[in-house]
Amino acid sequence: MSKIYDVAIVGGGPAGLSAGLYASRAKMSAIIIEKGKWGGQASTTEELENYPGSVEHPTGPKVTERMKLQAEAFGTECLKDEVIGFDFLEKIKVVKLAKGEIKAKTVIFAAGAQPMLLGAPGEIELRGKGVSYCATCDADFFTELEVVAIGGGDAAVEESIYLTKFAEKVTIVHRRDEFRAAKSIVEKAMQNDKIQVIWNTVVEEIYGDGIVEGIKMKNVQTGEVTDFKTDGVFVFVGTKPITETIKGHVELDAKGYIIADEEMRTSVEGVFAAGDVRVKSLRQVVTACADGAIAAVNAEKYIEKNFEHITLPDAK
Amino acid sequence: MLDVTKDNFEAEVLQTSGAVLVDFWGEKCEPCKALMPEVHKLAEQYGDKLKMCKLNTTENRRLAISQKVLGLPTFIIYKDGEKIKEISGAENCTPESIETLIKEFI
Repeated sequence: MSKIYDVAIVGGGPAGLSAGLYASRAKMSAIIIEKGKWGGQASTTEELENYPGSVEHPTGPKVTERMKLQAEAFGTECLKDEVIGFDFLEKIKVVKLAKGEIKAKTVIFAAGAQPMLLGAPGEIELRGKGVSYCATCDADFFTELEVVAIGGGDAAVEESIYLTKFAEKVTIVHRRDEFRAAKSIVEKAMQNDKIQVIWNTVVEEIYGDGIVEGIKMKNVQTGEVTDFKTDGVFVFVGTKPITETIKGHVELDAKGYIIADEEMRTSVEGVFAAGDVRVKSLRQVVTACADGAIAAVNAEKYIEKNFEHITLPDAK
Repeated sequence: MLDVTKDNFEAEVLQTSGAVLVDFWGEKCEPCKALMPEVHKLAEQYGDKLKMCKLNTTENRRLAISQKVLGLPTFIIYKDGEKIKEISGAENCTPESIETLIKEFI
């Protein structure tokens, strides 16, 4: 019989890493499964000014790397593998992996979210050819060139500011007449000479022969379509949850986010959700970490209530 | 894995007969760096059958752009110096998809 963990955590972003930290500190055996990059979306941003305590040039990669080290220091196991499905029918839950499976008394699902596509013609074809969803990954290429950033949330405005460190000019195209982003970020952007904003405008097409050459955009008020030459297009139009593997197992909302209560409990007992993947109003590193901590504490409570204080058979 | 730069790209990739895989990565590209150990494993496994190189785009920006690479991570297969196939973006570039790409050309 293989080892039965107290907690199996799906996703190695801030929510999962915090859950691991709290679980391990509570002397529970915890394993985090991550298929891609540790640190999640936070590891792809340079700017992390709003995470308390992360002062003096913190970066997403640096802070999340420390989160991982911290969880590991308390005993959390970190496994690189891909989750392909679940079995929640028995009391001991099974997380099915590409290379095996993991058994656990509780599961914390913290797979996060990923950037949403714009859905404009040319976007898919020109991905990696000037269309990007990751400013830190690709900003270098646009040194002294001109780029467009699409969106109006925190990510769009914040990443546009980051892009000005490389690009000559950054044009933010936003479908509304004001930003959703936090006021302090907007203020900073408005004071930046390299940033200009085109309001009430949607991007209808991205075009170029092999690499991005420009966009066609439409003013939603006048209906006027204009051509705009640019070297790069950065898309920051929101995120979508990564819930394909857990769909059908727990309750999701219409957009695919997991419905969990304040204690992070999902519709299945012993299965918790944390971070960007659940229905919530503010998706930030700080709220993801909070979710992770709450989920771990409630996982512990659930185990105490539902499992006898005997050690389950171990493979050792 | 062979490091290619602006100085040897022509000889090692464009003038090489047969297939060559190039891993375009960057110093600030976290997904690229997360993939790197997996790519090295693949290079150990398939390196004798397929020539595999990596290119640091942070240090060779113009070269990357000349190859129409403006996004990371990107993996390109060249055959007799011609670009044959490529995959790009963090979601599309996984150890599995890279292995599939390699297998197609060995």
